[in-house]
Amino acid sequence: MIISGHAVVIGDDVDTDMIIAGRYLRTTDRSIWVEHAFEDYDQRLAGRLNGSVLVAGKNIGCGSSREQAAAALKEAGVRAVVAPSFARIFFRNCVNLGLYVFEADVVCENGDLISFDTDESYVKTSDAVYQAKPLSSRMKEILYAGGLNAYLSGSGEP
Amino acid sequence: MKMVGTLSERILGSAEGTYVDRMVDRAFAHDGTGAQALVAFENFRIPGKSVVNPEKLSIIYDHISPANNSVTADLQGDLRKFSRENRMHFHEVGCGICHQIMSEGVCLPGEIVVGADSHSCTLGALGAFSTGVGATDMAGIWATGGTWFRVPESIGIVLSGKLSGHAEPKDVALSYVKALGMDGGTYKALEFIGDGTAGMPVEGRLTLSNMAVETGAKTGLFYADPLTREHLMTYGADEKRISLQKPEDCSYESEICLDLDNIEPLLAVPHRVDNAEPVTRYSGTSIDQVFVGTCTNGRFEDLKRFADIVKGQKVAVRTIVTPASKDAYAKALSTGVLSDILEAGCVICPPGCGPCLGAHMGVLGEGEVGLSTANRNFRNRMGVGAEYYLCSPSTAAVSALYGEIRSPDEWDGGMTR
Repeated sequence: MIISGHAVVIGDDVDTDMIIAGRYLRTTDRSIWVEHAFEDYDQRLAGRLNGSVLVAGKNIGCGSSREQAAAALKEAGVRAVVAPSFARIFFRNCVNLGLYVFEADVVCENGDLISFDTDESYVKTSDAVYQAKPLSSRMKEILYAGGLNAYLSGSGEP
Repeated sequence: MKMVGTLSERILGSAEGTYVDRMVDRAFAHDGTGAQALVAFENFRIPGKSVVNPEKLSIIYDHISPANNSVTADLQGDLRKFSRENRMHFHEVGCGICHQIMSEGVCLPGEIVVGADSHSCTLGALGAFSTGVGATDMAGIWATGGTWFRVPESIGIVLSGKLSGHAEPKDVALSYVKALGMDGGTYKALEFIGDGTAGMPVEGRLTLSNMAVETGAKTGLFYADPLTREHLMTYGADEKRISLQKPEDCSYESEICLDLDNIEPLLAVPHRVDNAEPVTRYSGTSIDQVFVGTCTNGRFEDLKRFADIVKGQKVAVRTIVTPASKDAYAKALSTGVLSDILEAGCVICPPGCGPCLGAHMGVLGEGEVGLSTANRNFRNRMGVGAEYYLCSPSTAAVSALYGEIRSPDEWDGGMTR
């Protein structure tokens, strides 16, 4: 399946505190994470995430294991995260929540149209096609199911 | 099981780069990630869902502990009830930090350990393959008893010589994080080897392993040796269950050599953990608060080093001291270390994470500058608009007395202050 979205570009080493600050973690209202996403990084970002592909610099999601960082992006309507490298816990968290991840060094501008094929490891901009590092078969199965819940429950779409 | 190769390969029983499914020997979550894992677990629609091997699972309250408000208290209440109903090991408010609790005779060499916290790499200091995951992964472990791993490539951190003067394990940690950078260890394991490991107490090894994740590494391993055994037995671990390890025929993707004799007191300068500089370069920088504690430097030995300097003196800035565990607290109490700290004018907080994650008990205000023995100085983490420098307990102590950043190498026992 081909999915596309507008690029939201962020820099290197954006940590999970920057994605969602510690002061917003303890809540049962997930809309709080959407509202305050990237608040300490760039307050203009939260309103642009719906329908986007987050194009990050290296080491995206470093720091705390807080799953709320991946959940905030998913809840905000981010369709995939693309980066040359991911902090490994954030990477697993995205996969577990069914948020597509692509390890590729994509060059683009804010607002550019980015598309990806959920079955293939590549990402396209209007100018170029980037091959992403392949995911393991297990990670693909979890992503295709829609996350770890659906994967373990055996209820995911094949 | 594969008996040669890196320690990660030996413990996970497969070659680096391969993916394996493994049951875990221990898993733990805290009040923050545990509450999220509970939501995920309750949403699982697995037929006949139950908590698998609860005797291997721990819930440890450390992050916002005691609770700061009703929302937190409600989340903690749900998790407390769930863990008791499912016969998990439950550690109540005041017990201390999850990694420290698990290091006090619980985790053993050779085990596969998973914690729902990024600093779960800390337990690599005991020769356990210990790594961090997020909440849904932890819920998956509760439901199935295991998870998948990619067997990591390894980087050798070769330690030689011996620490001298006021140089401490924290300064070694800041040195290797600087050498690797904040993503130099991503997807990999660190192995601390070399003659310099033999003389390093387990408490110091825990400090080194703790900061492995600040390079992106999956874990930071020491080979279990007689000091490891002694440490574990002090906390009541069964000697028969402690297997010692030694490096055999392992090849590293790269090696970093650190001569401990040349380590000097360092600071991680805001806002990057890999931005280490000699403390002397920032000598005289004004500070508003000093914080001593966390899974990096809140152990008894850290409190003692701090107390040995502030004893009989008065701190010049507000100084918050948070023991890493109830055991560390009790030991500091019975040895007089806590009263030295208290009489020097410091605030002593209950065992736990304290202000490290920016939630409570010592968060900074805008424009304030803090000095901390923690592991992260990310922008805004411990206070919006604040700056945080990271350092060792001795650097924290001397700086607290001056009210400005000072190197312990400048300390003359208080003669000229």
